[in-house]
Amino acid sequence: MKEAIKRYRFLALLLCLLGILAFINRPLGKLVLDSTVFQLKEMILVIPPVFILLGLLDIWVPKQTMVKYMGEKSGVMGILLALFIGSAAAGPLYGAFPVAAVFMKKGVKFSNILIFIGAWSTTKIPMLIFEFTALGTAFALTRLLVDIPGIIIIAMVLSKMTNKEEIALLYEKAKQL
Amino acid sequence: MNILLYGLTTLLLALSFAKDKQKTIQALKKAYKSFENILPQFMVVILLVSLLISLLNQDFLIKVIGSESGFLGVLIASLTGAVTLIPGFVAFPTAALLLAAGAGYMQIGAFISTLMMVGIVTLPVEIMYFGKKLAMFRNLFAFAFSFFVAYVIGKVMEMVA
Repeated sequence: MKEAIKRYRFLALLLCLLGILAFINRPLGKLVLDSTVFQLKEMILVIPPVFILLGLLDIWVPKQTMVKYMGEKSGVMGILLALFIGSAAAGPLYGAFPVAAVFMKKGVKFSNILIFIGAWSTTKIPMLIFEFTALGTAFALTRLLVDIPGIIIIAMVLSKMTNKEEIALLYEKAKQL
Repeated sequence: MNILLYGLTTLLLALSFAKDKQKTIQALKKAYKSFENILPQFMVVILLVSLLISLLNQDFLIKVIGSESGFLGVLIASLTGAVTLIPGFVAFPTAALLLAAGAGYMQIGAFISTLMMVGIVTLPVEIMYFGKKLAMFRNLFAFAFSFFVAYVIGKVMEMVA
């Protein structure tokens, strides 16, 4: 119970502040409310399947399998899989972090997790469809061609910057999440 | 897309249930636990984003990130993208509107890139999973990289358009 209060206190404080704001400035309060409802609807649509898939992955896919395809010695295959899984995802970037935690638990190579995060943020297929239709082929294609190597390079640099102990610590922490 | 996601989830869930009821329940429990784990942060992020979207004024935006706004416009656009978190299906049509209203391709490229790769409001969630150092550097690199993306998009669109 005490734990719950601690975890939700910032949310409670924010709700109070927004309540006061809505009281002072009604139109702004209404805008914020509308936008929140809109986003919650999106979240409710996407989140249950993502988390259920995560749960199933956690229970059914043995660690050895994940290590084989995406672990330390997975090479190009691991990179391609990380890019593909990240791109096939749905939902905003913060949805990727719990998936990353499961990957850590399953012994996926750290740079592949970072590539996965990068792919989730920039090359998501459902988002690309919106981008192609709204901004045109030239814009979307250029961005995609620049972003894919960018994601891989950033992931490589970040994992080079992180030493083995730090990675081990993160993987240990992921078990509790 | 949602139909595909739901279809796949339902199929796998049914398969899992047919194979082992106990394990399936365990999987659902895990799903709920990992969701509840980030629920408070989720909610805070959503409320903050709603506030930001409500405060943004479109006319003002066009003035500062128009095609004549140069590097300063790119900088403002990338900072805006970094602090906001707008779903793609809203962001892309909005970007198209801004372009039609006179925003520059380079500026919009910077905005889209940081919007996707850099998350200031989601930083607390990212730190929870990746630690402070990695989360900060990932966002920093992504921010710097966005300028390169913006430059290339600007140049390509200049040639195409």
